[in-house]
Amino acid sequence: MIPVTSARSLSEAYAILHQRPRGLRVLAGGTDLMVAVNARAGLDRIGHVLDIWKVPELRGISGAGGSLRIGALTTYTELMRSREIATHLPALALVSREVGAWAIQNRGTIGGNVCNASPAGDTLPLLLAAEATFLLGGPRGERTVAAHEFFVGYRKTALGADELLLRVDIPLIEKSHLVYRKVGTRKAQSISRTIVAVRKLAPRDVRIAAGCVAPIPLRCRNAEKAVAAGGDVRAALEQDITPIDDVRATAVYRSRVTGNVLLRLLG
Amino acid sequence: MKHIELEQQGAVGRSPPRKDGADKVTGRARYLDDLNFPGQLWGRTVRSHVAHGRIREIVWDAAFDWTDVVRVTAADIPGENVVHLIEDDQPMLAADVVRHREEPIALLACADREKLEEALAHVRVEIEELEPVLDPLRSTVVFKSYRIEQAPQGLAQAFADARVIEGTYRVGHQEQMYIEPQAVAAIPREDGGITIYGSMQCPFYVHRALQRLLRLDDSQVAVIQVVTGGGFGGKEDYPSVISGHAALLARKARRPVKMIYKREEDVAATTKRHPAVMKYRTAVEADGTLVALEAEIVMDGGAYVTLSPVVASRGVLHAGGAYRWRHARIDCRVVQTHTPPNGAFRGFGVPQTMFAIESHMERVAVALGIDPLELRRKNALQIGDELPTGQKLTSSVSAREVLDVVAARSDYARKRKEYGRSVGEKRRGIGISLAFHGAGFTGTGEVKLKPRAGVELTDRGARVLSVSTDIGQGTITVFSQMAADALGLALDDVEVAENDTSKMPDSGPTVASRTTMVVGGTITRAAAAMARILQGYVAQVHDVPAAEVSCAGGIFSARGRALAPFAAIAKRYLQERGSLRIIENYRHPPEIRFDDATYRGDAYPCYGWAATAVEVEVDLDTYEISLLDVSTATDVGRAIHPVLAEGQVEGGTVQALGYALLEEHVWDQRGRLLNTRMQNYVIPTALDVPRMHTTLLENPYPSGPYGAKGLGELPMDGPAPAVVGAVLHATGKLIPEIPLSPDRVMRAVLS
Amino acid sequence: MKLTVNGVPRSFEAPPLKRLLDVLREDLGLTGTKEGCGEGECGACSVLIDGELVNSCLVAVCQADGCSVLTVEGVARNGDLAPVQKCFLDRGGAQCGICTPGMIVAAHRFLECGLPATNENVREAIAGNLCRCTGYAKIVEAIQLAAGQRS
Repeated sequence: MIPVTSARSLSEAYAILHQRPRGLRVLAGGTDLMVAVNARAGLDRIGHVLDIWKVPELRGISGAGGSLRIGALTTYTELMRSREIATHLPALALVSREVGAWAIQNRGTIGGNVCNASPAGDTLPLLLAAEATFLLGGPRGERTVAAHEFFVGYRKTALGADELLLRVDIPLIEKSHLVYRKVGTRKAQSISRTIVAVRKLAPRDVRIAAGCVAPIPLRCRNAEKAVAAGGDVRAALEQDITPIDDVRATAVYRSRVTGNVLLRLLG
Repeated sequence: MKHIELEQQGAVGRSPPRKDGADKVTGRARYLDDLNFPGQLWGRTVRSHVAHGRIREIVWDAAFDWTDVVRVTAADIPGENVVHLIEDDQPMLAADVVRHREEPIALLACADREKLEEALAHVRVEIEELEPVLDPLRSTVVFKSYRIEQAPQGLAQAFADARVIEGTYRVGHQEQMYIEPQAVAAIPREDGGITIYGSMQCPFYVHRALQRLLRLDDSQVAVIQVVTGGGFGGKEDYPSVISGHAALLARKARRPVKMIYKREEDVAATTKRHPAVMKYRTAVEADGTLVALEAEIVMDGGAYVTLSPVVASRGVLHAGGAYRWRHARIDCRVVQTHTPPNGAFRGFGVPQTMFAIESHMERVAVALGIDPLELRRKNALQIGDELPTGQKLTSSVSAREVLDVVAARSDYARKRKEYGRSVGEKRRGIGISLAFHGAGFTGTGEVKLKPRAGVELTDRGARVLSVSTDIGQGTITVFSQMAADALGLALDDVEVAENDTSKMPDSGPTVASRTTMVVGGTITRAAAAMARILQGYVAQVHDVPAAEVSCAGGIFSARGRALAPFAAIAKRYLQERGSLRIIENYRHPPEIRFDDATYRGDAYPCYGWAATAVEVEVDLDTYEISLLDVSTATDVGRAIHPVLAEGQVEGGTVQALGYALLEEHVWDQRGRLLNTRMQNYVIPTALDVPRMHTTLLENPYPSGPYGAKGLGELPMDGPAPAVVGAVLHATGKLIPEIPLSPDRVMRAVLS
Repeated sequence: MKLTVNGVPRSFEAPPLKRLLDVLREDLGLTGTKEGCGEGECGACSVLIDGELVNSCLVAVCQADGCSVLTVEGVARNGDLAPVQKCFLDRGGAQCGICTPGMIVAAHRFLECGLPATNENVREAIAGNLCRCTGYAKIVEAIQLAAGQRS
C-alpha cells in the first residue's frame, strides 16, 4: 500500500518534502494522478504520495500589486467564477470552461496543469503568452521561475524534488489583451489537438505560445519576431514548432491549423 | 399513413414510464458488478501481445506465490476449445497459433484483486512472431463471399449507353462503447453444471457455447441475463467468450468467478464494426434516372469468422440503397485480418454500404447538376418496385414520404439555396440522406431458428416468457404493452419473466431489429390465445356465450355487463387448473420466400425507412465540423411506445453522427490498437450534438404486431452520408471516407 | 475515516488512495454509483462532494475525509422519487440505465445551481456524463422539464 500524507498546512507539506521520500508524488485534485493510479501505470515508481488538497495557503486569487496571483490549488471552476480573473484575464476563465467538464473543472487545478507539464495542458499556452511566473517553495525557501523557463522537456519541469508550486503570478499590463483558441477532439471532455494563445501589447508587440506542437508547451519567439518585423508569421511559426503524429491529429494538421489559428488571432 | 396520435384505449401507442425505469433512476437496478456471490473469485485474462504468432510457452514466474491463484489454459478445457457460433473456428483459449493482439491464452482467478493484478504481471507468453495481415485488400483468406445480380445480361449495354459515375468509399472500425463493460459471473453447480449471470443480448448463444466448451447437456447450463448497461451488438456474441472463460475458472476453482473487463481491455480485445472498402460504378441517365449498379465490397472480418458472414450478407442486401435499379451486380467478400474479430454493431453491415451508396448519390447529383434531394425522390423505391434480389415491394414503403417530411422539417430548400452562397472561414451546408433497413433475420433465418415465446397466467395478470433481452431499448415495457392489450389488461398487471435459459422458451437473440416485430408478434399471438381460453372459461363460469365475453381494463364483461375482474378469474383458473402457459412458435408470412443459395427473393419480410437532414458549419481555419441541426423522419410501422421509439431514433442517430465525425480507431503497423481509452476514442458528448427534430411515421406492416416493424438499427444507417452531403454543400468537396476528422477535411479542402 | 453520505454519518477503514467510488460501492454498499472508464471521462461515477460534482473514480478517499457526499441513492427523498427522477421517467431519459445515476446527480446539481435551463446550459452541465443510448435529447428534455417545474 502506498503511504499517503495528507498535509493540512504548508509547513506539514514541507516537512514531508524535507524528508525527500523516494518516489514522491504530489496529489492535488487527482485528475491526472488518479488516472494513472487506476490504470496501475507506473504504480511501482510511486513511493509516497503527498496530498496537498487541504493546504489552505495554496488557495485563493488576488489582484494585488500589478499582478494577478493565483494559488496553485485554484480549480478551473474557481477560475471561471473569480471576479479578478473575469476583470483582468477573462481568457483564463474561458479556457477553464473548455477543460473537461464540470466534474473535472471542480477538481483539476491550475497548479496541477502546470506541474503535470503536458504539452497539451490547456492553460499553459495562456500562461506562457501572459509571461506568467511561478512561485516555487520548499523547506529550503522560495524562488520564482518564469513560465518559459519552467518547462524543460517532455513532462519535465524546473521543479526541484523538494519543491511545490505555490502560486502562478501573471503581470497585469494595461491595454494588453490575451486571446486564445483551443482546437480539441470534441466540444467537451476533450484533449487539445492544438492550442494557441496570443497576448497583444501593441499591434506589433505580441507574445505567442502554443500547445501540442512540441514536447513542451511552447513560447513561439520566431513567430513573435515575425510579427514585430512584419514578416511571414506562418513561416516563422514553422521554425518554432515540431509537431508529431498521434492518435488525435497528424503533424501536418497541427502545423497548418496552428498557423491558421495564429493568423486569425492576430487579426 | 398517419402521424402518432394517442389512442383512447389500451397501452399500445402510449408512452408510460418504462417498467424498469424507477430502479434505474434511483440506482436500485442491479448490474453484474453490483452483485456478489459467496466465496467469489475475480477473473483476469492473459492475452497475446502480438497480432500473429506461434505460442512457444506460457512462463509462470517461479518466484511468484501462485498458491491462491487459479490458472487455466487450453489444456483445462473439458469439451471443445471453440467459441461456438457460425463456423466454430475461434478457440476459447489460443493453444498454438494466435491470430490477433489481445487474443486470450490463459486465465487467472484470485479472491484478492490486488494480488490478481500482480499475478497477471508475472505471466509471460513466449510467442514466435509471424507476419500479420492487416490490410483487408491484401488478405487471401475469404471467410465468405456473395454476389447479387439483377438482370445482369443488360449491364454492359447500360454502362455503354448511359453516363458512368464511379467512386470508392471507405469506413473504419467503430467501437460499440456501451458504458458498462463486458461483465459476467460463473457459478459452478453440484451437478457439474454451470450457471452464468451476465450482461448480454443473447443468453442462448452463451448457453450453447458453454455446452460445447464444457461438454454439458442442456439441463446442466443456465444463463441468466441481468440488467445490461448497453449492447448495440457488442454483447451479441462476445459474452460467449467471457462467459466461457469465467466458467472454466469457476469449474477449476469450484467457486464463483466474476469477470468484468476494464475499459481499455474491453476496447482492445472485443468486437467492433467491420471496416469496409466499397467500389461503386453506376450508369445514370442525364435526367437522373438510375440505370445500373456494379459494386465491389470488401469487409474486414478480423481474425475469426464469428458473425462476419451474416454482417456481410445484410450489408450486401442493402448495397443498392433505397432505390430502383434496372440492372445490378453486387459483389461482396469478407476477409481475414490479424485484428480482433469484427462483429455485430447496430446496423450490422448496412451503415457501411448505406454510407457508400448515399455518398455515391451525392457524387451523381454533382455530376448531373441535380439537387441531391430531387435525385433521391426521383429514384426512391415505391410499392411495386423490385430490389436487386427480385423482391417485389408490396406494402409499407415510405421512401418518398420520409424524404418529404424531413425536407420540410429541416427547411431544406431554403437552406440549400442560402448556404450555397456562403463565404469566409465558416461555411454552412445542409445534406440529406435516405436509408432503409430490413427488419428481422435475413431470408429464411427466422424459419430455421424457430423462435418461441409466450405468456403465462399469474394471479393478477400475465407474465411474458422469452429470452429477448432489455438492453435499454425497452423490451420489457414494449412486450408488456403488447401483451396487455391482447389480454385487455392494465400495463401494471403484466410482468416480464427473468431471462433464464433454463426456464424460458428460446425466442432467439436480441439482434436484427427483430425483437418487437418477430418476438413481440409471437407474444401478442400467445396473449391472444390466452385471452380466448380465459374468455371460454369466463363464459363457462358466468354462463354466457364465449363469443360475447371480452376483457378491457382488467375487467371481463359480456353485453356491456361487467362480470369479474381479471385477477379474480385468474386466481380461480389457477386454483382449479394449476397453470396456464401458452408458448407460440414464430409464424412466418407464407408469401415471404427467399433462396439462400441464389440470394434471390424476399430477403426481409419488410423494411423500415428513414431520412436524415444534417446541417453543418465547417470552420476552414481548423477544419472542424459543427452540427447545427439534425432532423429525422422514420417510418416504424407502428410506434408501440412513441417515447421509446424516439429514443431509439435519437440514440442511433447520435451513434451514427459519432461514426461520421469523431470515432476512429488508430492501429500501429503491428496490429496494436492505439486508442483504447474513452479519452482517446471519443464518442459524442451532449455538447457535440444539437437539439434534434424527430418525426415518427406509421405506415403499418400488415404482418407485424399492431403494424409494427423493426426499428433499432435503422437510425444508424443514414446520418453519416447526410453529413458527407452537408460538408459537400458547405465546401464543394466530397469526402468519401469517415470519420470526417479535421485531418481528412483539411486534406480535402486543400486538395 | 468519516463521511456523511446522503445525510447519514458513516465511518470506515480504508487505504487512503482507495477511490471514493470503491468505498461507496464496497465499504458502504451503495452500488448505485457506477464505473464506466476509471479515468474521469464517462461520468457514470458522478457524485457530489460538499455540493460540487466530481468523478468519484478520481477522488482518493483521503481527500473526502470529513466531507458530505451525495450519491444517486440520496436524490430521492423519503422513498419518493425527486422531481428530476420523475421527469427522467416521463421523458424517457433512461435507457440502459448505466449512465443514469451519474446523470441524475449531474442534473440534480444543475437544478440546484440556479442557471437558466437553456439547451446550451443543460448540455454543458451534463457534458461530462457520456450516454451511448439516448443521444441526450430525452435527457435534456427531462432536465428542462424538471427546471420548469421548480420555477
